[in-house]
Amino acid sequence: MAHDHSHDHDHAEGSELSDIDLRVRALESLLVEKGYVDPEALDVLIDTYETKIGPRNGAAVVAKAWADPKYKQWLLDDASAAIHSLGFTGRQGEHMIVVENTEQTHNLVVCTLCSCYPWPVLGLPPTWYKSPAYRSRAVIEPRKVLGEFGLELPESVAVHVHDSTAETRYLVLPMRPKGTDNLSEEQLAALVNRNAMIGTEQATPIGGA
Amino acid sequence: MNSGHDLGGMMGFGPIENDSSDPNFHANWEQRVFALTLAVGATGSWSIDTSRHARESLPPHHYLSSSYYRIWLDGLEKLMLNAELVNEQEVAAGKQLIPAKPVKNILTADNVMPAMMAGSPYDRVHQAEQQFAVGDTVTAKNMHPQTHTRIPRYVRGKTGVVDKIHGCHVFPDSNAQGLGEDPQWLYRVKFTASDIWGEEHSSKDMLFVDLWEPYLV
Repeated sequence: MAHDHSHDHDHAEGSELSDIDLRVRALESLLVEKGYVDPEALDVLIDTYETKIGPRNGAAVVAKAWADPKYKQWLLDDASAAIHSLGFTGRQGEHMIVVENTEQTHNLVVCTLCSCYPWPVLGLPPTWYKSPAYRSRAVIEPRKVLGEFGLELPESVAVHVHDSTAETRYLVLPMRPKGTDNLSEEQLAALVNRNAMIGTEQATPIGGA
Repeated sequence: MNSGHDLGGMMGFGPIENDSSDPNFHANWEQRVFALTLAVGATGSWSIDTSRHARESLPPHHYLSSSYYRIWLDGLEKLMLNAELVNEQEVAAGKQLIPAKPVKNILTADNVMPAMMAGSPYDRVHQAEQQFAVGDTVTAKNMHPQTHTRIPRYVRGKTGVVDKIHGCHVFPDSNAQGLGEDPQWLYRVKFTASDIWGEEHSSKDMLFVDLWEPYLV
């Protein structure tokens, strides 16, 4: 079941992988021959989402919100405008919502029906986010899921789970780590890990991993 | 439709494998399937809702035992066959056998970045006044369409509170079938975990689900 990330799967389906490889090559050459697809565009698409669009964008948004109370308020009131103003626009991020973690509330984002994820700020979703285990469990036992990420929340903190069923895309604004008053926006951004913006972890503490 | 994609609350999938060194793609073919899906999608031959339906209407045993990009590959082939961009003989042969169908757009390398950065907004001018306001109590309908829908099974029949109004958005149930965008008001509805999953669950933890007006009473 843990198909797209299980190591045993790679062994068990080794022969299938090469069959798939051939099948995909045949399909690509057919689509190029028919003129539907520009092969160079495929390379650019891959490079764009491998190297240009990723969670450093989201980290810049979060760091700016931590450093600038006005920006933070804008982000919470109209996340699309506030995020787009930094140049992080486009596919799978047209309609952004930012939810804020506090001492009372912890937010967690999932897409139970497919794999909706805010590409312009976080890039492509990690394998675990797309896995049936996460998609099925995040809504019914979020605290156990968080525990598997090493995050044990006290009962006093309410967990808010956001299921991305529409074209709205959710970004979690994690709590700013303690002892970071004197850090620059750039230094703050280095503390914003991807999982903290999905809600499965906290921001990285000073001197943390 | 009630199929293998609607996973909320299912059990038995085991622990979450959170490997921070995990790459975006695990093989070259996964990269190509990702890029092909976006590039052929850019021809404008179908909507995102139709493409979701192509994937989720794969037989549940197949969907649940396939890797992520295998599902994309099967979905893409189905979409292209349905849209008559290719036929089955061509897919089997990997060669063109019939003339190409005219399409709205071809994504060129130069245009990838502008097209991705532009995206395609889904909010629309409203056709009618909204029926619900923030704070209203609403119940998700007990409905089981055979066609594409974005109301997860776990909220059907459950009662929650309107928490936010997102505006008027393309209605996937209609758009996926090629019946037009039929824009509808979209609400974020807040449900209490114990109302959804039973009293042994927290009455403090909340679930927020984005639901279109036709899903609600």
